[in-house]
Amino acid sequence: MAKTKTSLLAEFTKGLWQENPVLSMLLGLCPTLAVTSSAINGLSMGLAVIFTLVMSSALISLTRNLIPKEVRIPVFIIIIATFVTITDRSMAAYVPDLHKALGAFIPLIVVNCIILGRQEAFASKNNVGRSIIDALGMGIGFTMTLTVLGSIREILGSGMLFGAQVMPDAFAPWLVMILPPGAFITLGLLIGTANWINAKKG
Amino acid sequence: MNLIIIFLSAAIINNYVLVQFLGICPFVGVSKKVGPALSMGMATTFVMTLSASVAWLINHYILSSKTGLGLEFLQIVAFILVIASLVQLVEMFIKKMSKPLYDALGIFLPLITTNCAIMGVALNLVTKEYGFIESVVFGTSAGIGFTIAIVLMAGIREELELADVPKYFKGAPITMIIAGCLALAFMGFAGMI
Repeated sequence: MAKTKTSLLAEFTKGLWQENPVLSMLLGLCPTLAVTSSAINGLSMGLAVIFTLVMSSALISLTRNLIPKEVRIPVFIIIIATFVTITDRSMAAYVPDLHKALGAFIPLIVVNCIILGRQEAFASKNNVGRSIIDALGMGIGFTMTLTVLGSIREILGSGMLFGAQVMPDAFAPWLVMILPPGAFITLGLLIGTANWINAKKG
Repeated sequence: MNLIIIFLSAAIINNYVLVQFLGICPFVGVSKKVGPALSMGMATTFVMTLSASVAWLINHYILSSKTGLGLEFLQIVAFILVIASLVQLVEMFIKKMSKPLYDALGIFLPLITTNCAIMGVALNLVTKEYGFIESVVFGTSAGIGFTIAIVLMAGIREELELADVPKYFKGAPITMIIAGCLALAFMGFAGMI
C-alpha cells in the first residue's frame, strides 16, 4: 500500500521537473514560444492544455481495452480533437478576448505532441487514476514553464507582470523580448539553465 | 499581384517558423545536416500544398456556413483527419510511383502529420477567407518559407560543430538562441509590404 502511494506521488512530480515536457523533453515548443508574450497568455494556454490532457487521458485510459491496437492512433486523435473543440468553443463563448489573443494556437493543441505522447506512453497502458495523476503532473509542468517564460518576457519586454507595473519608470522596456526573437532566446537560455541545474544536482 | 503578395508574405515576411512559431519540432529535430533538412522542407512543401487545397475544398463545400452545410464546429476534427489520411495516401502513392523520391522523402513523411505548420495553414486559409487558387499559393509559399528556415538553420548548425559551445548549451538551447538571431534578421523584412 505504501509503495503505491509513493509511486503515485512520483507519477505526479515527474512531470514538474525531471520529465518536464518543455525543458527536458522538448515537446510542445510551438505554443510555448508563440503565446508567451505575456504571463497571462502563457498561464491560460497552460490551463487549456491541462483540461484537454486530463480529459483525453481519462477517456483513453477508460477505453484502452476496447480500442484495437492497429487503429489506436486515429482513435486517440479523434478523442483529443473532440476535447480541443470543446475547449475552443467554450473559450470563444466565455473569454473572447483571450481566445483572440491565443489565436490559432487553441485549435493547434490538437497537434501538440505532449498530448498524443502521454496517451501513447502512459494512458493507454495504465488505469484511470494513475493516468489522471500523470496528465495533471505533465500539464502543470507545462503550465509552470509557460508562465515563467511569459513572466520573464513580460517583465523585460513591457516592464509589467500580469498587467501590473513592476519595473521603475526609468526602465526602458526591451521591445525585442515580446517579439519573436525574444521568445527563442529566452527559451534557449531557460533550457540551458535547466541542463546546468540538473548537472549540478548530479 | 495579389498572389505575389501572398507569396512574399507567407514565405518571408510572416515566415511560418521564425515569425509565427509553427513547425518548431521538425525545425529543431531535423536541422543537423543540410541534405536531410532540404528533403524535409520539400516533403513538407508538397504535403502543405496538397492539404491546403483539400482543406479549402472541404471547408468551402462541407463545413462553411455560407457555402456549405454549416458544420464549422467540426473544423478541427475534420482537418486533422484529412491531414493524417492525406499523409498516409501520399506515402503509399510515392512508394508505388517513384522509388528515388520515396527514398529521399520516405522517413520524413510520417513525421509531417505532427507538424503543426500543416494544420496551421489549413486553419489560416479559412480565417483569411482565401479563394481556391490563393489557398494553393498560400500553402506552397508557407512550405517554401519553412524550407528556407530549416535549410538556413542546418547550414549554421553544420558550422557550429566546430565551435566551442558551453557544455550545458549544446543541442537544443544553442539551436533556440540561433533561431532567435535568425528571427531578428527576418524582422528586417517586416516593412516590405
